[in-house]
Amino acid sequence: MSEARIKVFLVDDHRLFLSGVRSELGEEFEIVGTAGEPAVAAAEIVAAKPDVVLLDVHMPGGGGRAVLEAVHRDHPEIRFLALSVSDAAEDVIAVIRAGARGYVTKSISPTDLSAAIRRVNEGDAVFSPRLAGFVLDAFGGEIAEPIDEELDLLTQREREVMRLIARGYAYKEVAKRLHLSVKTIETHVSAVLRKLQLSSRHELTRWATERRLV
Amino acid sequence: MESEKVVLPASPPQGGFLNHGLYRSRDQRVIGGVAGGLGERFGVDPVLVRIAFALLSLSGLAGVVLYAVLWATVPEADDAAGPVLPPKTMRAVAMGMVVLGVMILLRPLGLWLGDAAASSLSLAALGAGVIWLTSPESQRKRWSQNLHEKMPEHPMDTLGATDRVGRLRLGAGALFFGGGVLLFLQRTNALEAAPGIVFAVAATMAGLGIIFGPWGWRLLRQLTEERRERIRSEERADMAAHLHDSVLQTLALIQRTDQAKEMVALARNQERELRAWLNGTPTHRDQMLSGALEEAASAVELQFKVPIEVVTVGDAPMDERMQAVVDACREATVNAAKHSGAAQVSVYMEAEPDEITAFIRDEGSGFDPDAVAADRRGIAESIRGRMERSGGSALITTEPGGGTEVQLTMARSK
Repeated sequence: MSEARIKVFLVDDHRLFLSGVRSELGEEFEIVGTAGEPAVAAAEIVAAKPDVVLLDVHMPGGGGRAVLEAVHRDHPEIRFLALSVSDAAEDVIAVIRAGARGYVTKSISPTDLSAAIRRVNEGDAVFSPRLAGFVLDAFGGEIAEPIDEELDLLTQREREVMRLIARGYAYKEVAKRLHLSVKTIETHVSAVLRKLQLSSRHELTRWATERRLV
Repeated sequence: MESEKVVLPASPPQGGFLNHGLYRSRDQRVIGGVAGGLGERFGVDPVLVRIAFALLSLSGLAGVVLYAVLWATVPEADDAAGPVLPPKTMRAVAMGMVVLGVMILLRPLGLWLGDAAASSLSLAALGAGVIWLTSPESQRKRWSQNLHEKMPEHPMDTLGATDRVGRLRLGAGALFFGGGVLLFLQRTNALEAAPGIVFAVAATMAGLGIIFGPWGWRLLRQLTEERRERIRSEERADMAAHLHDSVLQTLALIQRTDQAKEMVALARNQERELRAWLNGTPTHRDQMLSGALEEAASAVELQFKVPIEVVTVGDAPMDERMQAVVDACREATVNAAKHSGAAQVSVYMEAEPDEITAFIRDEGSGFDPDAVAADRRGIAESIRGRMERSGGSALITTEPGGGTEVQLTMARSK
């Protein structure tokens, strides 16, 4: 990795929040731009070429998901970290499936947010305890006929990793408990993210809709 | 039909003119519960008893008179009414014979609706009876009671015409029924007279109405219900979108600032409450383990100003054992919030088909389980005791400086 700072773009329609996050992250990251309106955000992101986009999920005019989809199609190298006040399954699953590499709630501490941005920038996934819980719930239970075993089921190891994350363990502690390296844990988490994004398990969407925690 | 239980005859309430174990039914009631009571007492489907009453009513209102007499003299069932016999086809046939016999007996007395009408109506009744009796019980129950059930794809499905046998059966019944109607029309010369055509059409419509009526009715009800539900959920979605853009953002913002702990805890608590309300099912929430755990966490959070993150996978309805889990969990959370000095406490609950597991974890100071201050040991013991009394177990993992994790395990009640 070069010495260059990670380039971050912020999308949020709440100015107060935008300026708050900006001052928190400004020292460690290079803020290459901010956008308050989803309609123009996509074009501005493409022009600014950030490494990581911090995206508010709940915005008027289609919200963050529209921005994500618009950019992700042509620029898969730009990584998205969703930032939201909502931890509803519906929102989380939708934005992950649209291509975000992680999901954190806005009440996250600045230190944790920095760590999450660095992790996403390296191509890893960011799973909060709640997201891990969602994954276990959505992939739990018996599935009559997995269409694609590869994508529709979690391995025993992945399940263990998700359980520990849901219990509040950081990647480092998960690694220690399972006697694995942090890199291996990251590989497992990325694999789960891929399954979450690509699985055709129809339960996934239905489950998320039914579990309408706002 | 819950007719399998055979209840011992209770002493008849005052007003019973005979100690015959006959009561008016409370649950199988359309008018006065007379037909339901007769059906329960003699083991015949109440619907058939009702058809019998209808037929007898055509014989110079004999049925109406009989019904009125029975209604006036038979007492209403209390909770443990007379013996209940399971409905049997043979008994139904026997009852049909009795009705026929009574009708023939009434005939010389002039209480008769005419040979033409009687024969055709009997045929129609037979047809309807065939449809009714040969349908599986579950289906009958559905026809007669469950109007809220999900719509089948096709009207034929409501009638049980889902396989070949079902369709044959339905066809035979419909043939009897239609034959009866036609015969009636022909015998009464209704087919020849011009106004008779109107009558024939009406009769056919009535027949169709009997066959498809329940289906149409249910469709209507379901559409209304769906519409209402859609409007409700749309309203809630609107409200949720609005709140996400306003109040929830502010609450999140407060939690990010260097506000006093009290302020942050208050914001967090309000956020939690708002979410719970938006979630829209407050009545169900505290009847489920996940809701009860969240409620407990919320209370502890507000008291000790330490954020508590609750993650649940699966769920279980609350019962005594689950209450023990919630109580033990609350105690472990209080312990962590009060003594560990950790910035946050994590609660994780996973409900598996036969077992509940919960973890309460903090990254605080921890303690030496073998040499702890008496009060902390007391708490540990009380968590363990609580779980063990209800048949569960608690495992406490801790070391000085290494945080604490309490694991609760409880088998689910069958």
